[in-house]
Amino acid sequence: MSTSPQHPAPACPSPFGEAELRGAAEKLWEAVSCGDEYAAYGVVLGARSAGADDESLLLDVIGTVQRKVGEEWAANRMSVAMEHAATAVNDRMIAALAARHAPDPALGRPERVTREDGPGRITVACVDGEWHALPARLLAEVLRLRGWHVDYLGAQVPTPHLIGHVHRTGPDAVALSSSLATRLPAAHAAVTACQAVGVPVLVGGAAFCDDGRYARLLGADAWAPDGRAAADLLARSPLKPPLAGHQPVDDLPHLVDQEYTMVRRDSGRLVKAALAGLEDRFPAMRSYTERQRQHTAEDLGHIVDFLVAALYMDCEQLFTRFLTWTAGILTARGVPAVSLTPALDVLETELKEFPRAGRLINHARQALNGSAVPAARSGSGVLR
Amino acid sequence: MKRSALRLAPYPVLVADAHGVVRFLNDTASALLPRARPGAEVTGAVPEWLATAHQNLTSVPVGSRTGAGSAVTAPSVSAAIRGEIGERSFEAHPTCEETGEVVWWLVDDTDHRLARRALHMERERTAFLGDASNALLSSLNLARCTATTARLAAGHLADAALVIEPPAGRGLAMVSCTRDGEPVRRQVGVEPDLVPGLPEALQGFPPVPSRWIDPAAAPAWIVPEGFGTVGSIVVTPLPGHGVPAGALVLLRGADQAPFTENEEVFARLFAARAGAALSAARLYAEQSSITETLMRELLPPVLHDVSGVEFAGAYRPAAESERVGGDFYDVHPAPADAEGQESLVILGDVCGKGLEAAVLTGKIRNTLHALLPMADDHQRVLSLLNGALLNSHHTRFATLVLASAVRHAGSVRLRLTSAGHPAPLIVRGDGHVEEARTRGTLVGALPEATAVTVEASLAPGETCVLFTDGITEAKGGPLGGDLYGEERLHSALSQCTGMPAAAVVEHIQMLASQWVRGGRHDDMAVVAITAPRNNHLSAVGGRGPGRFTA
Repeated sequence: MSTSPQHPAPACPSPFGEAELRGAAEKLWEAVSCGDEYAAYGVVLGARSAGADDESLLLDVIGTVQRKVGEEWAANRMSVAMEHAATAVNDRMIAALAARHAPDPALGRPERVTREDGPGRITVACVDGEWHALPARLLAEVLRLRGWHVDYLGAQVPTPHLIGHVHRTGPDAVALSSSLATRLPAAHAAVTACQAVGVPVLVGGAAFCDDGRYARLLGADAWAPDGRAAADLLARSPLKPPLAGHQPVDDLPHLVDQEYTMVRRDSGRLVKAALAGLEDRFPAMRSYTERQRQHTAEDLGHIVDFLVAALYMDCEQLFTRFLTWTAGILTARGVPAVSLTPALDVLETELKEFPRAGRLINHARQALNGSAVPAARSGSGVLR
Repeated sequence: MKRSALRLAPYPVLVADAHGVVRFLNDTASALLPRARPGAEVTGAVPEWLATAHQNLTSVPVGSRTGAGSAVTAPSVSAAIRGEIGERSFEAHPTCEETGEVVWWLVDDTDHRLARRALHMERERTAFLGDASNALLSSLNLARCTATTARLAAGHLADAALVIEPPAGRGLAMVSCTRDGEPVRRQVGVEPDLVPGLPEALQGFPPVPSRWIDPAAAPAWIVPEGFGTVGSIVVTPLPGHGVPAGALVLLRGADQAPFTENEEVFARLFAARAGAALSAARLYAEQSSITETLMRELLPPVLHDVSGVEFAGAYRPAAESERVGGDFYDVHPAPADAEGQESLVILGDVCGKGLEAAVLTGKIRNTLHALLPMADDHQRVLSLLNGALLNSHHTRFATLVLASAVRHAGSVRLRLTSAGHPAPLIVRGDGHVEEARTRGTLVGALPEATAVTVEASLAPGETCVLFTDGITEAKGGPLGGDLYGEERLHSALSQCTGMPAAAVVEHIQMLASQWVRGGRHDDMAVVAITAPRNNHLSAVGGRGPGRFTA
């Protein structure tokens, strides 16, 4: 957290301190986890009339609960369907808070070229294929609270839509959210497209790693670990317009070896081969029901997706982290994680002509064999 | 060296001794240096730079220039120096003779230097024009393009620049920028006539040359705040794509040299590029605002709760670049004051994709809207719609589902009619998924449209899902090429008991979209009608009448 000037603090100290916020988050979790929308309204609006400011409600109450939703799901205490239900309730809480604000008077005003009458205009969106819209939505509302003219485009925005919007509205910056590392190639396409039209990009979300290293690799103009940090960063110094003539391959020169392209194109066949190979090497699979087989195919699909993403970024940790995380998830769901190693063996055989893929697979296998499987953490949205 | 040989040299040649006395010069040298003749002092006879160079060369002890102890010293050549004689520029190459005399060979390099300077300037200008084109063409946003034009012009062509937009209505809109400053947009309530050349530039009379303005006669609004005294002003038109894109005004301070003709020509080159970019941005803005207006009617609506029934819908067009397509849905809420009135939900699929299909969906939606008063009889609505479609020039047909929903004693009553469309699915409280047994013919193809309407009831937490075949026929999966299929849809829905309508819709859309894994897919539309689990106690969040009890 920075100590530099931030948004103006409330004039008098709020009676709603950290302890109260924590309490509100706990109560909201109770309501959200059983899908009780009306109890949730009671918590959020009650805290508001008790003196909680909107930014804290958004980030420290709703944001905290949403993180817990991810954790509970990862620990197999919540199904994907329930996760969606909880998210829908949280989403309505944000809407309820937003509805209490006067409509943005900036909507009708002419476009500006200077930054004199407000912090500026910003487009907030999720990259294509990204369904976890809540972090972006929270950021959009926080920026709106801080006086930005925000265009919030929502989940999974195809890059052509994003660019069309940028041309139409001419924002000072674009904020892009992505939770899943498999969306990094799509995120890269969106970042370079925005930069190509002269607009700087701030990225955030679990996909870019805890320390934002993937944001740097993809050439994003800025990265922030959470909504408050993003809003502070934008308040501290406006992002500079990027230089023209930047090409995606400038960021990731290893892409010229075509491994990413070819493995990605071949992913359906790889999953089939891995499924067949597993049946040979892992006898327990032969007694699987059709449903279990489908789930295994989907899990293998995710493994190949992450391998493809790791090839794109040329990052061993990306693939290894996913596999150790998957091992934790499988264990939490009562599925033997030992099946992961033979799956890797099959993939390695299939990809023997691809040296970078081979290196990634080897690294992951050593990590799986070498250490105890860590506890499941939130941050991904795959597997049941 | 032989004097006779020097006499014939093709360059001016001058020989002077170690004491600074001219010993010899050939005819060309005499012509170039009229005051120099044998026996004269170098100082005064030749320009100062040459005399100084000669002194520097001869003041060095002779012995140090040659190898110590060598008996005979050979002539040596020292580095050339450059200077001007009259209006021309010369390189002077000295050769030091063993006698201590220096032979000065004078080479006229005026043209060479001018060519080099011109080349350097041309390179800089080409690079600037290249960079300017990149910066100008990258954005189709008019405001950004105008700001970029002002910034580039102020940074490279002048001390300050003004981009004046073609007049629209009263007054003039402009963006001004000073060197190293930020572009500032202003609106000034003046007429352009007061500035010589400006009305012509803004009207784009072809071909309009740039015009000089007397700084003293220029109106005050043309000078950016804090600029100081203006030395010179040039107005250049910004030619667009056949229509004027505005005018560029360049200003220089009183302490700067005024614009040369060459600079004006270059400013016009820049203006041509900037004008083309501004014109393209303006066209794009006009087109996209037209598209936006027309599209607004075709976009699927945002749904919310009505009279105690939750409605949610989502739509994903087949083509990434499109926002509309052949699938559509609508919810026509019951009047807020009418207790027990049904809301009508329509979800359908027009044969075809993209904008053309979307236009027909718009017609169908309008027709159905007009037929709302007959919504208590689905069959009649479908017959009238069928007739309307048969009589239109479209050859396309459509399938659709009509669902009338009303809250009744805690549950939601439904009447469901399918016209050739996949039947709605009902998610029961125990997770069981039922298919509504309604069947019917599609509309717009056969002379008669017939359908069977069924009734159903949703207990709190139960949901009725309407969807288009884009969901079940989504192709992909981990192995690639598999259909998502009804079985997977049933199994996904069976987990949706008790979920809010919005969550059900998002869940199904996400599963289907992830199934296609970025591959090609058809339009996908889903609408959920849900009986809320909880009693609605306040109007918070919803837009409906808000209060109701079970």
